[in-house]
Amino acid sequence: MPLIDYIPAQTNIHFMRLRHWTFPFSAVLSIVACLLFAIHGFNLGIDFKGGTLIEAQTSQQQADIGALREHLTDLDVGDVQIQEFGSPRDVLIRIGAFGTTDEAQQAILAKVQGVLGTDYSVRRVETVGPSVSGELVRQSILALVLGAVAVLGYLWFRFEWQFAVGAIVTTMHDIFVTLMIYSAFGIDFDLTSIAAILTIMGYSLNDTVVVYDRIREMLRRYKKLPLPELLDIAVNATFSRTIIVSTTTFFATLALYFFGGEVLRGFSLAMTVGVVIGTYSTIFVAAPILIHLGLRASTVSLPTKDAADPEVKELDELVKMEAKDAAAAVPPEAAPATGVSAGGGSNKGGKGKNGKPNGKAGPARPAKA
Amino acid sequence: MLHFSRLKTTAILVTIAIGMLFAVPNVLSPGMLDHLPSWLASSRVTLGLDLQGGSHILLEVDGPALRKERTEQLRDEVRRVLRDQKIGYSNLALRDTSVTLRLRDPNDTQKAVTELRKLAAPVTNALFGNSSGEMDLTVSSGSDGTVTLQLTDAGLTAKMRSAVDQSIEIIRRRIDQLGTVEPNIQRQGLDRILVQVPGLQDPQRLKNLLGQTAKLSFRMVDQSMSPQQALEGRAPPESEVLKGQDGQPYLVEKQVRVSGEDLVDAQPGFDQNSREPIVSFRFNNNGAKRFAAVSQESVGRPFAIVLDNQVISAPVIREPILGGAGQISGAFTVQQANDLAILLRAGALPAPLKVVEERTVGPSLGADSIQAGKTAAYVAGGLVTVFMLAVYGLFGLFALIALAVHIILMFSLQSVLGATLTLPGIAGVVLTIGMAVDSNVVIFERMRDEAREGRSAISAIDKGFVNALGTILDANITSLATAVILFLMGGSGPVRGFAVTYILGLLTTMFTAYTLTRLMIAYWVKWRRPAKLPI
Repeated sequence: MPLIDYIPAQTNIHFMRLRHWTFPFSAVLSIVACLLFAIHGFNLGIDFKGGTLIEAQTSQQQADIGALREHLTDLDVGDVQIQEFGSPRDVLIRIGAFGTTDEAQQAILAKVQGVLGTDYSVRRVETVGPSVSGELVRQSILALVLGAVAVLGYLWFRFEWQFAVGAIVTTMHDIFVTLMIYSAFGIDFDLTSIAAILTIMGYSLNDTVVVYDRIREMLRRYKKLPLPELLDIAVNATFSRTIIVSTTTFFATLALYFFGGEVLRGFSLAMTVGVVIGTYSTIFVAAPILIHLGLRASTVSLPTKDAADPEVKELDELVKMEAKDAAAAVPPEAAPATGVSAGGGSNKGGKGKNGKPNGKAGPARPAKA
Repeated sequence: MLHFSRLKTTAILVTIAIGMLFAVPNVLSPGMLDHLPSWLASSRVTLGLDLQGGSHILLEVDGPALRKERTEQLRDEVRRVLRDQKIGYSNLALRDTSVTLRLRDPNDTQKAVTELRKLAAPVTNALFGNSSGEMDLTVSSGSDGTVTLQLTDAGLTAKMRSAVDQSIEIIRRRIDQLGTVEPNIQRQGLDRILVQVPGLQDPQRLKNLLGQTAKLSFRMVDQSMSPQQALEGRAPPESEVLKGQDGQPYLVEKQVRVSGEDLVDAQPGFDQNSREPIVSFRFNNNGAKRFAAVSQESVGRPFAIVLDNQVISAPVIREPILGGAGQISGAFTVQQANDLAILLRAGALPAPLKVVEERTVGPSLGADSIQAGKTAAYVAGGLVTVFMLAVYGLFGLFALIALAVHIILMFSLQSVLGATLTLPGIAGVVLTIGMAVDSNVVIFERMRDEAREGRSAISAIDKGFVNALGTILDANITSLATAVILFLMGGSGPVRGFAVTYILGLLTTMFTAYTLTRLMIAYWVKWRRPAKLPI
């Protein structure tokens, strides 16, 4: 038995009605995101901008950032940023791409290391020359585009186009909001960020697909039900799953944010926000948008025969098992063997279920071909 | 779905047991690892450079320098051919990757072109080892006696290819001398070389070793004027001014008397009299003969030992050096002498290399990152455990057992495949702790639904698995698609490590959630015959 029952197992929230609030909210959020990109831009890390990054730890109790800044500015190596990194002993030094050649980068690095001298131990050095950073930008954009195309293709193949478009719009929304966090907080945007974006893409899609799967199933079962009602039923049916998985994933990203170390902090913040927004958009964007994409019960194709066959076989086995068990109370309408054989190979709807989900839908019509 | 044949049960348990066996080396200390029987898997997860410390350096062969050198070499060949054939010419000049000249007598054009065409060589296709039919050089002529020799792109590309191959060989020899373990040196694209050296204490030294071309030459010092005069006025055309290590200029002849290619050995040592660090070397037969000849005719004159256009020292020849051995002294530190010996033994690079990307992590930071990653994993695991038990009770425990097995399998797959665990990879592991329960949650929630719709407990459990399968596949395949893209585009760095971890995580979670949890629940159902769904 579960110890607690915080998560309501059976909700009946009118999510679709809320779309009149959530759509404008999401639209405004996306526009704000775009404005932020245009005005504030991104704090591009050295991966994409070129430059040098040095993490150093002082042997003293505390790093004297002021003195360090003075010395480094004296070097005249261009744009130098120094900040505390994780603890008072650690500093992070960022130097912009000074000059345009790869050799110049190396010369700067040597100079800075000279300044750090023996007071500091260098813990990490990253130098990306201008020729490499340009390639990384191209590669990353290509990765994001290819990722979107691959997913779109798969969804198109597995679902109807409305679902594919809905999933992509939802995912774009999530990516925009995540990027907004990068822009607003000035988090270093580097290769790890691309990994974060693609992971959020995967997570958001994962979340969306679970709900879409249920919507499609519902469409096959209840052909007469108005779409908004049907969507509400589907979202409510998957609601507890959505909340539970979001919570566990949220725990994981939170643990990473607080304990995963300084290097991963930006990544985990983006992931945390991505998980929250991915959950929101699954419920409030992905499902209601289907109404506006003109989804109809008639657009949903029937499940193929091969998908149904193993089910029947398995259920037969189960029925045998249950029959053997005289003690178990088997409600006669739950898994009638006749219903199985009659509906066998056609679809899920024809298996003699008592048709009223949440007790509010109209009469369920077996969706036979 | 709840029926497992004995064979199937055994297969699942054996798979998991084998997986666990492969993960075992990761939790043993190196000492215990040595005591394992040899039939047992002993490979551990390979840690990325960002976790174990080390240097990742991307080098690029200096293309312009290589082309310039190739064109200059062509000019020298042209000069030799025309002199041998006694053909008069003027205005011999380099233009980018071509050599132009004007024949004194336009009537010689046919003969000159025929002779110069002999310089062209077929380009060998690097992939198939056969000739592609293209030549590395085209020769064309104008009616006024101008002749143009143009290096072809195919020829230059082949030249670049072979330069990278040679460089890799030489870099390997240099790094091997450092005595570090398992350096990874590989070609990247046409003109780049990736060098990954784990656990290096002094990355600067590595860069010094890689950054030097190490072209050694022995040349005579030009004493016709002082270096200062040469700098102010016009240096003789056959000489050039080179700087010494201390910045002092030397006027040195361009002609190379003996080159570093003729060295057979170089060893660091100490001068017997001054006790200063030196590098002693030996020439091969050819070098020894030439050095003997030069030193015989130039007793009393200084010669320069030039490394990468820098004069290391310019001693005066006191007596003919006939033995083919000598020493270089140049106010070295012991390590400098050591490194110079390494460079000379390994040979010169065909073209200069420049560092275009460097990522170095000290070992202490790597250890800190691992520690932080572990803490995050424990915290995430603890939170998820409490939560799952609270929400699902016994079934939550089943899901957690599946989660634990999933993590173990992930590590064993990583160990077996030799995939690298990077810092973002650790983030991937922690993330899957949160996400791996997804499949189980989908299944459990589906069971609740089915029970609500009036099914018996057993039937609901069964239908839960059946109906959730499609959803689980769809959801994981979309995630897998993005992860694979990330893997393909992630290059060689930490991001690829993340992608690998993430992909393995998705695969093992599908296995554990769908197979292991189902097995556990099936046996539980058989044992308890529940009348009511326990979730």
